Amino acid sequence: MSDTQFGRYGGQYVPEALMPALEELEDAYERYVLGNEDGFLDEFRERIRDFGGRPTPLGRADRLSDRYGREVYLKREDLLHGGAHKLNNALGQVLLAKYMGKERIIAETGAGQHGTATAMAAAHLGMPCEIYMGRTDVNRQRPNVFRMRINGAEVNPVDIGRGTLKEAISETMRDWSRTVEDSHYVIGSVVGPSPFPRMVRDFQAIISEEAREQIRERTGGLPDSVVACAGGGSNTMGMFHEFVPDEDVSLFAVEAGGSSLEVDEDAGVAPNSASLSTGADGVLHGARTRLLQDSDGQIMESHSVSAGLDYAGVGPELAYLVDEGRVTPVNVDDDAALEAFHRFSTSEGIIPALETAHAFAYLEEAGDELGEVVIVNVSGRGDKDLETVIEETDRRGIEAAPEMSVFDGGLR
Amino acid sequence: MSPPPSGDGTEPADELAAAFADGPAFVPYLVAGDPDYESSLQYVEALARGGADVIELGLPFSEPIAEGPTIQSAIVRSLEAGMSPERFFAFVEELDVDVPLVCMTYYNLLYQYGAEEGSRPFVERAAEAGIAGFVVPDLPAEEAGPLRAACDEFGLDLIFIVAPTTRGERLERTRERVSGYVYVQARLGTTGAREEVSDRTESSLERIDDWDVPKAVGFGIKTGDHAERIVRAGADGVIVGSALVDVVAEGVEEGRPAAETAAILEERATELKRGALRGASEPEAEQP
Repeated sequence: MSDTQFGRYGGQYVPEALMPALEELEDAYERYVLGNEDGFLDEFRERIRDFGGRPTPLGRADRLSDRYGREVYLKREDLLHGGAHKLNNALGQVLLAKYMGKERIIAETGAGQHGTATAMAAAHLGMPCEIYMGRTDVNRQRPNVFRMRINGAEVNPVDIGRGTLKEAISETMRDWSRTVEDSHYVIGSVVGPSPFPRMVRDFQAIISEEAREQIRERTGGLPDSVVACAGGGSNTMGMFHEFVPDEDVSLFAVEAGGSSLEVDEDAGVAPNSASLSTGADGVLHGARTRLLQDSDGQIMESHSVSAGLDYAGVGPELAYLVDEGRVTPVNVDDDAALEAFHRFSTSEGIIPALETAHAFAYLEEAGDELGEVVIVNVSGRGDKDLETVIEETDRRGIEAAPEMSVFDGGLR
Repeated sequence: MSPPPSGDGTEPADELAAAFADGPAFVPYLVAGDPDYESSLQYVEALARGGADVIELGLPFSEPIAEGPTIQSAIVRSLEAGMSPERFFAFVEELDVDVPLVCMTYYNLLYQYGAEEGSRPFVERAAEAGIAGFVVPDLPAEEAGPLRAACDEFGLDLIFIVAPTTRGERLERTRERVSGYVYVQARLGTTGAREEVSDRTESSLERIDDWDVPKAVGFGIKTGDHAERIVRAGADGVIVGSALVDVVAEGVEEGRPAAETAAILEERATELKRGALRGASEPEAEQP
C-alpha cells in the first residue's frame, strides 16, 4: 500500500496538470504540518485558539442522558468560530497556502459551512478567495451565501447538473487546473486526491484530541462509543481519529438515509447520501472510494434534506475503516433527522445543524451497542437551516416540532 | 473496423503511430452519441471524410472534471440520449470509417465495467469493438499500472497527457508508460476553443523533443491557422475537440438537419487538416 492510499482506497485520480500541484502540496504537508517547519503548527494552534475559540467544550446532555439511560456527552464544534467544525480545516489550509507562497484561495461548498469558514479564514489571513457553490445549495443556504460575501469572498454559483456539492467540487477542480500555479484549492472534506484526505483529517483531528482528554477528565476513562454524522466525512474523521487505536471504543458514522435507500437507476437518482451503507467501489473527484453510482459507473444524484451531507461519495479513509470493521456505518432518514432536530433543540437548548441532527436521530434508534458512555459530535449549529427546517417540518407534519404559527395568518 | 489483436501479451499495435507517419496528423474529437446516436454516427463519418487521421471518441462520464463548458454540455446531451458503455461499443462497431479510433473517457467507467476485475474487461471489449487506444484524463501515469497492463495484453495504446506543468521525474514516468502518441496540453485549464494559441505550447514540445512517440497538441485549437502554427512549432499532430463540438451544439440550437451539420463538420475538418499540412510545408511555399 503506497502512502497515497488507505488499503485499496484513495490515490490520485486527477488530470495531469494538477499532479505537480499535488506533489507540491504533499511536500508542504510533510514539512509544515507533519514537521512543524518554520513553526507552522505553532502558528496554527495559536490562531485556532485566538481566532477560532478552541478548545471547544465537552458537556453532558442532561435530558438526553435521562431519555436514553446512558451518559450522553456533546463535543461542541458548533461553538467554534463560524458555527461548525469546518474552520479547523479551512484555517489550517489557508495558512498552509500562505506558507507555500500561494496568492489565491478557491474552495467548493455544499451547505455553505466550508465556504463560510474558508471565507473567514481568507479574510483573517488577508488572502483573496473564490467559492464555488451549486445553484440548488445557493438557494437553500442563503444565510451562508450572505456571510461569504460579507467576508469579502466571491461566490460563483454552479448551474451544471443538480447544482449541489458534487458539481461544485468538479467546477473547483476545473478552476484549479487553470490557476494551479498561484492558487490553492482548500478542499472542504476528507475527500479528493492524496494528500487531501490525510491532511484534512489531521487538521480536524484536533476535535478527538481534545475530546479524548476531556472525557478522561470527566469520567476517568474512555467512552464506550463515539457518534458523528458522515457526508464527505471530515467531522467524522476528526471526531474518530484519536479513538481509532482504542479498540474498545465503538465508532458510528451516521449517514443520510434521505427519503429512501432504494435507487432509481433509470433516473440516475439515489434519494439518499448513504455511500458507506449502500455504495460501491469507484473513482470520483480524485480518489477511489465508495460511491453512489449506476451499473455503468455514472455518478448518481444524491439526496438529503441536509445540504452538508448531500454527496455521492465519502472520504477514502472512512471507506477503509468501514471495510476493516473499525467504523460501523448506520443511517437515518430525513424525517428522523427533522424529529431529532426539534427534540434536541427543545430538550438541550442547542439548535443543531441538520447534518448534526442525523447523529442525534441515531441515538433515538440505537440500542445497547452504544454502551454506557457516548460522545456525540455536535458538528455545527443550525441557524443556517432554519428556513429549510420550518418549511420541511410544515410539509411533513413532524411530531416533535413546536407550533410555529405565531404570526398573523400563519408563518407565511 | 480493424480486427482485434490477440490477447496474448502483444505489444501495442502500430496503428496509431502509422497514422502520424505521413505528415502532420489531424485528430478530431467528438462525444459519441451527441446529440443522439444516429446523428453522431454521421458526424464522425464526416470527420473521416474531411481528412481525420485518428478520431478521438468521447464516452461520456457524468463528472468530467477535465472538460470546459462546451464538452460538458455535449456529455449531458449524449447521456440524456442514452449513451452507455455498451451502446458506445455498438457505436464503434457500426461506424463506417477507415481511421483508428481512440476512446477518451474517465477512469470510473473503465473500472466499473469490470467490477472485481478492474479495467481489463473494458479493454478486452474495446479491443473487440476495434478501439485502437485510450486517453483517460483523470488517470495520471502513477495510477495507470493496471490499465497499461491490460492495454499491453490486448494490443491497445495508452495515450498520456503532458501538461505545461509536467516536468522532471513526472515527464520520465509518463515517457515510460505512453504509447501511440503523446497528448500535449497546449495550456493550463480545461478543454475549450480559444482565440489565441498559447506560447507555452512550444516550450512543452521542447521538453519532450527526444521522445520517440508522435506529439499531438490539443486544448484550444480552433482554426486552420491555429493548426498551422502548432505544427510549425514542432507538433506531429493537432487535436481539435471543442471547436467541432461547437458545430454540433449550434446544429442542436438551430434545429439543423443532421446531414447539414455533418457537411459543416466535414468542411471544418478539411480546413483544419489543410492548416496542419501548411504547417509542415516550407513557409515560402505559402505565397506563390
